[in-house]
Amino acid sequence: MSTVTDTAPVPATRDDAGRPVKKRREGANVWLSLLAWVVGILFVLPVVWMVLTSFHSETDAAQNPPAVFAPLTLEGYREFFSGGASPWPPLLNSLTASVVSTLLVLLLSLPAAYALSIKPVKKWTDVLFFFLSTKMLPVVAGLLPLYLFAQNTGLLDNIWLLVLFYTSMNLPIAVWMMRSFLSEVPVEMLEAAQMDGANLTKTLRSVIAPVVTPGIAATALICFIFSWNELLFARVLTATVAETAPVFLTSFVTSQGLFLAQLCAAAFVVSLPVLVAGFAAQDKLVQGLSLGSVK
Amino acid sequence: MTSVAEDTGIRTGSPPPARGAARRASAWARRAPLLPALIFMIIVTQLPFVATLVISFMDWNAYYPDERGFAGFDNFVRVFTDVNMRDAVWTTILLTVGVVLISLLLGLGIALLLDRKFRGRGAVRTMMIAPFLVVPVAAALIWKHALYNPEYGLFNGALTWIWGLFGSDNPPQPDWISNMPLWAVIFSLVWQWTPFMMLILLAGLQGRPLDVIEAARIDGAGTWQIFRSMTLPHLRQYLELGALLGSIYIVQNFDAVFTITSGGLGTANLPYTIYQIFYQAHDYGRASAAAVVVVIGTIIIATFALRTVSSLFKEESGR
Repeated sequence: MSTVTDTAPVPATRDDAGRPVKKRREGANVWLSLLAWVVGILFVLPVVWMVLTSFHSETDAAQNPPAVFAPLTLEGYREFFSGGASPWPPLLNSLTASVVSTLLVLLLSLPAAYALSIKPVKKWTDVLFFFLSTKMLPVVAGLLPLYLFAQNTGLLDNIWLLVLFYTSMNLPIAVWMMRSFLSEVPVEMLEAAQMDGANLTKTLRSVIAPVVTPGIAATALICFIFSWNELLFARVLTATVAETAPVFLTSFVTSQGLFLAQLCAAAFVVSLPVLVAGFAAQDKLVQGLSLGSVK
Repeated sequence: MTSVAEDTGIRTGSPPPARGAARRASAWARRAPLLPALIFMIIVTQLPFVATLVISFMDWNAYYPDERGFAGFDNFVRVFTDVNMRDAVWTTILLTVGVVLISLLLGLGIALLLDRKFRGRGAVRTMMIAPFLVVPVAAALIWKHALYNPEYGLFNGALTWIWGLFGSDNPPQPDWISNMPLWAVIFSLVWQWTPFMMLILLAGLQGRPLDVIEAARIDGAGTWQIFRSMTLPHLRQYLELGALLGSIYIVQNFDAVFTITSGGLGTANLPYTIYQIFYQAHDYGRASAAAVVVVIGTIIIATFALRTVSSLFKEESGR
C-alpha cells in the first residue's frame, strides 16, 4: 500500500506535463458518461414505451409515426380489467403459486443450507453439486411424466401441482443462495455462543438470524420472480381454473381489432410485481442469479 | 468481495470422536435438516426422468391408445432421422450462442462504462436492470406487437419519423419478424439478458485489485494495455460464469420462441419442438425419446459447466 503513495513524483509529473492530457481525458470522460446515459435510455426505452402506450387510446397507440404526446387515458386498463375475461383469477393463481412455493422453498432450503454450511454433513460439496445439477437438466424432459401423473391423479388444472413444481424449480437456487449467506456467519461468533452455553434456538435467533435475514429476503424475492414468470409448465398443466397470469397474457392477443394499448396495460400490470420485487432485491440480484458465487 | 465462501476449516472439521451409536446418532442429527430438501428433489426431479426414459422405449400416441407397446429403439431412430429435429438442434445452438455472445459483449461494454464515477450512475444502472425485470412473456409480446409490428411498431415508427425529418415520406418499413425471424427472437432475448451479464461483470470489475492497477498505470501502462493484460484475465471467470448461466437459461427458452414466432419460420428450438411433439402431436414415445436425447446432450455440456463452477468454487473457498 505505502509503496504506491511513496511514488509521489509520478502524479506530480503527470500534473505539470499533462495539463492538456488531463483535459483530454476529462473530455473523453464526458463522452463516455454521455454514452452510458444513451445506452441506459435505449435499454429502458421499450419498458417506457410499454408504460406510455398503456395510457394511450387504442387509435393513438396504433399511429405511425408514433403519437408520443397523445392525451393520456385509462381506457386500456379499464378494458383489461373489465373488458373481457377477468384477469383477477389468473393474477390470484399466480400469486398463490408464487407465494406458497416460495414459502415451501424457504422451509426446505434453510435447514438444508444449515446442514451444508454451519454444521456440514460429510461430502457436503457433492450434495451441493447434486442440487445444482438438477437445475441444468432441461425442464422440458420432465414435462410429459408430470402431465401424465397429473392426468392420472386428477391434478390437471390444479394450482397446487404448479406449487410443487415451482418449489422443485427454485429449491436448488435457494439452497445455493442460502448456503452462501449462512457461510457469512463468522465462525468466532458461533463458537462464542456455544461457549456461553446458548442452545440451538438461541444461537439461531441471536447469532445467525441478524446476519442472514437480508439474504433470506433476497432469496425469497428471486424465487417469487422465477415462479411468477414461468410459462411452459403453467401452459401445459393448467386450463381454465388454475390458469396463471403469463398464460392469460398469451391468450390475450387473439382478440380482434386494435389491442395494443390494452396489451401494454396487461403486460405492465403482470410485470409490476416482478419490477417491484426486482428493484427491492437489486443489490442481491447478482448474488442470487449467480447462485451465490458472485457477491 | 467475490468469495464463494470463506475457508470452511472449522465447519468441515469432522465431528468429535465418539463411539458407535452415539456417533451414528450425531451423524444423523447432522443429516436430518438436509433430508427433506434432498428427498423432495429426488422425487420431483429424478423420478420424472426415469419415467421419460421408460416412455422413450414405448410406442405410445395418445391418439391411438390401443397401440401402446414396446418400441425398442424406433423412437430414437425417428428422432435422429427427423429433419425437424435436426433443424431444432441447429436453431437451439444458433439461438443460445447468439444471445449469450452478444449479450456478454454488450454487457462487458456497459459494465466498463458503469465502472466509472459519473453523474447519475445509479440511475443508469437502474435503467439497465429494468429489461430483466419484465415478465419474459410480456417482454416477448411487447417486442412482437409494440416494437416489431410493421404497421405501428416503434421501430418502423421511428424510421418514419427520422425519414420525415429529412423531408422524405417514403421511409423503409421492413416486416422485421418475417424478414429475420431468428434475429428478431435473438434481439429480444439479448435485450433481456444483457443486464444480467452486465451485473455479473460489474461485480467482477469492482472486485479488481485497484492498487495493482494504479501501480501499472504509474509504470506507464496504457488503458488498453491494462484492460488486455489485467482486467480481462481477472474477468475471465466472470465471463465464464455469465456464459454458463446464460446458456443454461437460454437453451431452455420457450417463452420468446412461442410468443414471437410460434416456432415458425425456422425458429423452433428444442424445447419448443418437444412441446409440439407432445402437446400437439400427442406422440408421447417420440417426445420422450427427443427429451432423452436432449438430456444426454445437456449432461455432456453440464459436465463442463459443473467443472467450471466447481473450480471457481474451490479456488474461492480454498483461499
